[in-house]
Amino acid sequence: MSTELVHPLSKYLRAAMMPHIWCSGCGNGIILNCFVQAIDELQMDLNRLVVVSGIGCIGRVAGYANTNSFHTTHGRPIAFATGVKLANPELEVVIISGDGDLFAIGGNHFIHAARRNLGVKVICANNFNYGMTGGQQGPTTPLEAFTTTTPYGNIEHPFNLVHLASASGATYVARWTTLHVRRLTQSIRKLLQKEGFSFIEVVSPCPEIYGRQNKMRTGLEMMEWFRRASVVEHFSDPAKAEITREKIVVGEFVDTEKPSYEKLLHEKIAQVGKEAGKWGEQGAS
Amino acid sequence: MTKKGTVLEGVHFMNGDVACAEGAIAAGCRFFAGYPITPATEIAEHLSQRMPEIGGIYIQMEDEIASMAAVIGASYAGLKAMTATSGPGFSLMQENIGLAVMTEAPCVVVDVMRGGPSTGQPTLPGQQDVMQAKWGSHGDYEIIALAPSSVQEAFDLTVEAFNLSEAFRVPTILLADEVVAHMWERVVIPPAEKIKRVNRKKPNAPPQEYMPFMPDDDLVPPMACFGEGFSFHATGLTHDEHGYPQTSSSEVQQRLVSRLCDKIRKNAEKIVRVQGVMLDDADVVVVAYGIVARAALSAVRKARERGIKVGLLRPITLWPFPEKHVAKIAEKAKAIVVPEMNCGQLVREVERAAKETPVVFLSKLGEDPHTPTEILEAIRRNGQ
Amino acid sequence: MPVRLWRTPLDIEKVKLPKAEIHIIKDQCNGCGYCIQYCPKKVLEESEEINARGVHPPRVVDEGKCIVCSFCTAVCPDFAIFVVEKQCEGGC
Repeated sequence: MSTELVHPLSKYLRAAMMPHIWCSGCGNGIILNCFVQAIDELQMDLNRLVVVSGIGCIGRVAGYANTNSFHTTHGRPIAFATGVKLANPELEVVIISGDGDLFAIGGNHFIHAARRNLGVKVICANNFNYGMTGGQQGPTTPLEAFTTTTPYGNIEHPFNLVHLASASGATYVARWTTLHVRRLTQSIRKLLQKEGFSFIEVVSPCPEIYGRQNKMRTGLEMMEWFRRASVVEHFSDPAKAEITREKIVVGEFVDTEKPSYEKLLHEKIAQVGKEAGKWGEQGAS
Repeated sequence: MTKKGTVLEGVHFMNGDVACAEGAIAAGCRFFAGYPITPATEIAEHLSQRMPEIGGIYIQMEDEIASMAAVIGASYAGLKAMTATSGPGFSLMQENIGLAVMTEAPCVVVDVMRGGPSTGQPTLPGQQDVMQAKWGSHGDYEIIALAPSSVQEAFDLTVEAFNLSEAFRVPTILLADEVVAHMWERVVIPPAEKIKRVNRKKPNAPPQEYMPFMPDDDLVPPMACFGEGFSFHATGLTHDEHGYPQTSSSEVQQRLVSRLCDKIRKNAEKIVRVQGVMLDDADVVVVAYGIVARAALSAVRKARERGIKVGLLRPITLWPFPEKHVAKIAEKAKAIVVPEMNCGQLVREVERAAKETPVVFLSKLGEDPHTPTEILEAIRRNGQ
Repeated sequence: MPVRLWRTPLDIEKVKLPKAEIHIIKDQCNGCGYCIQYCPKKVLEESEEINARGVHPPRVVDEGKCIVCSFCTAVCPDFAIFVVEKQCEGGC
């Protein structure tokens, strides 16, 4: 073995910032791996790619991906991405963030971007809690689960993210776990080539914090839960796509065609501009 | 408005909101994200019509928090971007204004001040957001805030706000009040080629050497945008010159935060603008801004007719505060009168800069700004 | 789970399984154990040595058994292991 081993995907990672800060067994590293694998398979123009993240452990991913990247305030990556995508629709804008960032504080931005069918891509690392701050309850924490703010067991019903995304109008909705690395990579490729608002929920292990509080103290125990419980049910009713100890419904749930918001907006601008008779200066001159 | 052009060149009769919107267009703004709120709604409505005409982007976002985030996104994607709101929305935007400061995103935030606090009096004027414009977001930072006193200034200062935000890579607040926003006055809009526009400095290093937060001598880093070939990272976390988070280094925090403050403080002379009227021999000086300055000017003139040596110092830049100008007039003046439509905001800065010189504060809240008579009375009482 | 074939493929003598080169970047490993656990051919095991991060990186038990499925490469959260197909003159 040579002393200077170079991982084939290392060009997609910011060398100065590696190794990443994520715990042993954290699903974030797998999500990053699948993501850069997908962009490698597509041979994407990295200059066109913008990775936007919110606050949370997964938020650090924007720093690790060797692309244009931005780490926003908590809950706001989708709103920020809206400005980016509309200002330059040629850019491929991918939001990679967590369950709390996207669906608690950021919930409003998620449903509106989906409603508009804005052509941004969202990958949600769902680890069922707020890991970065020590393991508090989040909007996807399962019923009866233990977190630092539900010491007697969670009494709130969690969101069904694929149901929420599909009901809000997303054109592509999928759920995989971090064990389904091949299918996740394939879904990410599809996500990147799809027009309109596309969403993948990735059920992700947080062994140090969520797992430890819920009798799954190692990454392997969490991954074994995924392996035992996952069942692929493509295009089944998203409303019934549950996540429990016994069953994790994965697969692709929605894959439809609908013109994206930025497409409609630019068509409207062109139409109005033509009627107005003449164009003004474009962009920041 | 039926003329379909970019810059609405000509002589117009319009209100402050529309003048502000046209000022943005004239400055090169091609992205607006906003949310309806009295009394700033007309800015959004006007731009929803004008932006598509000129190839710009208008979007009504789901709330003000999203509006501010989208503005930063558009700025980072290369467009001059703006949002407009009033007190309650301005409060919502504060966290992301902090993000704009930290990531040095050029952008303009229009706050048309109304009666507060909270929902307050949506259709009536106030000057209650002055301190919030400077201190509203958490953490230590400096921003620029301009206060128009006329509809012409609503146009001119919006252009200037864009230029300042681009030059210094800082969010710039246009602090208008409901009266200036809703009143109708004559506005002269020059032809496009006569309008001075400043654009953000672009990198002169090749991509592999580019450091997105490495400042030049003026303390402002050149700014690359997404898609220009520079693959950079920006974050709201404390970061080094590469943009990489450095959340454990005291030295980086010291360096970054002081530079963000010094960027404005050390360049204050290029930023601060005031209007001085009859100050040379003034015993009493009135310091007023926004719509109140109009009444103050009238009062000052009336007082001069009665032989009182009084002058007006009108801060056009509220932040950074024109402390040198106030200190200078305080040397000779026997009293400084500060009428404001609040319970005492800019007057605190005046007191700080004026040191020993007595400062008299005139508060007025509600529908009407101070009348010239009210200010004249205060001048008379303090001019003896 | 062992591979269960309905019958032995007729061309099993002719088709060559790929030969692997397994590369482990030892100091990148964070000790999660996913590559070891989920390798379909059980090619890896935990080594005795301790790396710079204080964990036991994996060790190749028998590189010959590896079928270059690259699952380890795909599932590693730390980019610490990758498999490439060995390129040899005239077959390996």
